Amino acid sequence: MTEAQTATEASVRTAPSDQLPQLHLPRNAGTGLDLDWVARVQANTSAIERRAATLPGRRSVKKAYQAAWLARAVTLIDLTTLAGDDTPGRVRRLCAKARQPVRADILDALGLPALTTGAVCVYHEMVPTAVEALEGTGIPVAAVSTGFPAGLSPYHLRVKEIEESVKAGAKEIDIVISRRHVLTGNWQALYDEMAEFRAACGEAHVKAILATGELGTLRNVARASLVCMMAGADFIKTSTGKESVNATLPVTLTMIRAIRAYEAATGFKVGYKPAGGISKAKDALVYLSMIKEELGDRWLRPDLFRFGASSLLGDIERQLEHHVTGQYSASYRHPMG
Amino acid sequence: MTTREIFDSMEYGPAPESDAEARDWIATRGPDFGHFINGAFTDAGQGFAAKNPATGEEIARLTQGSAHDVEVAVAAAAKAFPKWSKLPGHARAKYLYALARLLQKHARLFAVLETLDNGKPIRESRDIDVPLAQRHFYYHAGLAQLMDSEMPGHAPLGVCGQIIPWNFPLLMLAWKIAPALAAGNTVVLKPAEYTSLTALLFADICREAGLPKGVVNIVTGDGATGESLVTHPDVAKIAFTGSTAVGRRIREATAGSGKSLTLELGGKSPYIVFDDADIDSAIEGLVDAIWFNQGQVCCAGSRLLVQEGIAEDFHARLKARMDKLRVGDPLDKCIDVGALVDPVQHQAITRMVGANTEGEVYRAQVAMPEQGCFYPPTLITGLSPAAPLMQDEIFGPVLVSTTFRTPSEAVELANNTRYGLAATVWSENLNLALDIAPKLAAGVVWVNATNLFDAAAPFGGVRESGFGREGGWEGLSAYLKPKAKLTPRKPIEPVPAPDTVEAPGLDRTAKMYVGGKQARPDSGYSRPVWSKRGQLLGHVGLGNRKDIRNAVEAARGAAGWSRTTGHLRAQILYYIAENLSARADEFAARLRALTATSAARADAEVDASIARLFTYAAWADKFDGGVKSVPIRGVAMAMREPVGIIGALAPEEAPLLGAVSLIAPAIAMGNRVVLVPSSPYPLAATDLYQVLDTSDVPGGVVNIVTGDPADLAPALAGHLEVDALWNFSASDQAMIDAASAGNLKRVWAPEGNPDWLGGDGEGRAFLEAATEVKTIWVPYGE
Repeated sequence: MTEAQTATEASVRTAPSDQLPQLHLPRNAGTGLDLDWVARVQANTSAIERRAATLPGRRSVKKAYQAAWLARAVTLIDLTTLAGDDTPGRVRRLCAKARQPVRADILDALGLPALTTGAVCVYHEMVPTAVEALEGTGIPVAAVSTGFPAGLSPYHLRVKEIEESVKAGAKEIDIVISRRHVLTGNWQALYDEMAEFRAACGEAHVKAILATGELGTLRNVARASLVCMMAGADFIKTSTGKESVNATLPVTLTMIRAIRAYEAATGFKVGYKPAGGISKAKDALVYLSMIKEELGDRWLRPDLFRFGASSLLGDIERQLEHHVTGQYSASYRHPMG
Repeated sequence: MTTREIFDSMEYGPAPESDAEARDWIATRGPDFGHFINGAFTDAGQGFAAKNPATGEEIARLTQGSAHDVEVAVAAAAKAFPKWSKLPGHARAKYLYALARLLQKHARLFAVLETLDNGKPIRESRDIDVPLAQRHFYYHAGLAQLMDSEMPGHAPLGVCGQIIPWNFPLLMLAWKIAPALAAGNTVVLKPAEYTSLTALLFADICREAGLPKGVVNIVTGDGATGESLVTHPDVAKIAFTGSTAVGRRIREATAGSGKSLTLELGGKSPYIVFDDADIDSAIEGLVDAIWFNQGQVCCAGSRLLVQEGIAEDFHARLKARMDKLRVGDPLDKCIDVGALVDPVQHQAITRMVGANTEGEVYRAQVAMPEQGCFYPPTLITGLSPAAPLMQDEIFGPVLVSTTFRTPSEAVELANNTRYGLAATVWSENLNLALDIAPKLAAGVVWVNATNLFDAAAPFGGVRESGFGREGGWEGLSAYLKPKAKLTPRKPIEPVPAPDTVEAPGLDRTAKMYVGGKQARPDSGYSRPVWSKRGQLLGHVGLGNRKDIRNAVEAARGAAGWSRTTGHLRAQILYYIAENLSARADEFAARLRALTATSAARADAEVDASIARLFTYAAWADKFDGGVKSVPIRGVAMAMREPVGIIGALAPEEAPLLGAVSLIAPAIAMGNRVVLVPSSPYPLAATDLYQVLDTSDVPGGVVNIVTGDPADLAPALAGHLEVDALWNFSASDQAMIDAASAGNLKRVWAPEGNPDWLGGDGEGRAFLEAATEVKTIWVPYGE
């Protein structure tokens, strides 16, 4: 082994620590609730849709660049299982996939060994299993919480659920907001709820799931994004994956523009996580280019961006093998999670 | 770079579109190209190079079209015209459909060739130019199909000479050729010398479509070739898209020729951002407004007007957005801003920006290619309206900006320009946006969007941005003429002074009518008007250019008339009719005395005048615009707006009815009129002002200036605040056309005059001349 290879490997080995959220940046401390700002927010749906619709035609990554971008996407995936029939065995299998998301020979060919996914995302009951399965990898466990997906269980139990998951070892908590606060314009209630959830998380990082498919308008999405950031969300996230409409490009544009505005006003960088409905490698590239264009390269790191996805990885694996071999791949050639 | 390095840097890398097929086509068909005349390519002759502006490399050679080449092409088009124009609409529809299909089948070849030749990003040629061109042919296949039933009483014009610019070579070709062919005309088209290749590729597919020989002819060359086409006597119409300066020259060159003319010229289109706008979306809109096609777009939103309270934030965010633009190889799929079309253009922009001494210049902090014809996206803030860069079209990727305080100030600033092509308004307040849009002097207004185009939506300008519309039924009508029975205009001499004067019992002095008041002529001179029997009927003032000036000023003061409702204008027109009817006998007697016509004929003229007023009272609230079926979620409203101030030279014959036939449609549509009445028989019109005075017509809406048309017509045609000139008098048309070039006013002068008593003396042709179509695009969705 040459020295250069050793150096590369060493730097790659440190990669998992990059993926710990907010390692290098101050956490979003939140601000007071600025209702004037919230009221000022505009989101012109048709203009946002036009931007989203034309972006794939404006940005294109090919060949080695595409492979590198897809490898980057792998590191940004919150590998997720949120099903009623989850078992410890199923979760351990998923964690194994998180540790080795792409076949080693493919990663070697790319010069990118030791990639892992960004996190593993499970329900509370599966947290201990996942924590155990990922021990020593540096891959954080994220728990969905607060009465996921509807967020309508008793409020004190929702707060308690966060505390329990943190106690069980979850480093990231994906909370769901009360959609009714958005739909009735009760921003104070949303702010208070979010602030309390954040406090309950302690050192664990909190992702606020807006369930954008249930918020009615992009204007509501923009306002809810801002209020959650003001109340201290580390990440804002589109969806539970259980709504009929999940992550979309227009919603993404709306939310990341809110993140940009929030950073301009406060200096805090807040992360973004689209979830649900992103299953193709090509889609992932479009999302990454949108983030790069609207937020900048700094957001293309796991501490500020995640894909909430379960089937995306499979498509990326096939595309990466295609890049390495020049031949189209088959899904069964890649180990399942 | 290794994958690992890219993994860290997350750069885009190159994404080149292959130009192999386009180069193959050039090599096979060229690389030396002749013209396409009468269904075949001619041998290549002396000419010039076609270059790739991104590299400066010569990619083909083109032939300089001589006067002889134009002659042969026009002859071929003229020969093809009779048969082509007589084809049933369905037959022409099939050809247009075939052309649309072929454009689609060869879409990528067209796109790559366009980018190679013009320097625009492949993303634009692929996703915008070529699809819009296809859409234009599909849409016009439909118009051809429906024309026979929907446009009865219309005929094509003949051979159309079409001259197109280099900024959208294929798209402008489509905008020109599709409607011309749909309407049954044949064409000789001259592409711009910088960018002729896609026109020649189009010629190729005309053969594949089996288009009859001579229907489409393409002659390449420079301005001299264009001039041969413009001045060719067998060309019935010139359709030009290009600079205002050249448009003005074409107006002058065609003066008096009787050629139909549409001009789509330059602009300095305002882009207005109110403080309640979605600012990020408005900024993204600017990317499509001024950095689309390197800003080489006639309707580019090049003049940013931003509300003062948000200006600082807006400019800061805009600069950040500019830094994300990618400038470079137009064939790269990841490029936003490509190459300017030619070093000449680069020099012109550099010179204009260099001469600017005001404001702050910001250039996008982006990587620039080391060679090739590239100019960085530029923003100049803090300019005053007086700065040349706020007034003059730059035609490059340079945005200029100023601020406003109130909606009305935004409108004032927006309209403080000689141009009037397009405008953009950003506001989340529907009340505000829909209040502002109609107030903007522009042919196209986009609300919360910009640079939206579609074949179904009329496009074109007001003021010095030209006249005529392209797209929609309105665009088709620019290639048709009504089948009216017309008589050539002939001067009528005034009745000479008799040997023995029969003086009237009591002196009656006809004055001019200016601003709702009777006015003596500035000159202090009058002339007597005699009856055929030698009776002195009265005197009429000899108006001069100052009387015209005063009348136009009065008309300007009556701008409120344009904002009245159709219902109100109808009421007033009915009231004029009522008051005229009450004095019908007096007017009939006047007509008999003036023109020595029969009593029956005089009565008929008065009755017809009353009926005509009724016609336009009826139309006042019924000449509707339309909502166009454009492929967006939203509406594109084609609104009929008054032209503004119309100078009308009344026919010599039918002194009452002729005047009424011009005044009534003009004021019904909300215009103000300066009328020069029949010069031999002016008293019928001067009597009319008493009727107007008693009919609640606001002062300044109708102004009547009597005198010698030879003095008055040049003053009116040359007046820069007169928006349109209608000539039904025997005045020198060439003089009028040439004088009108000053502000490119709309001149309406049919080949001859209709029988004023008949149906051709009124109707849609008059209403169309009295209105401009403004297309207001309002995408919606929450």
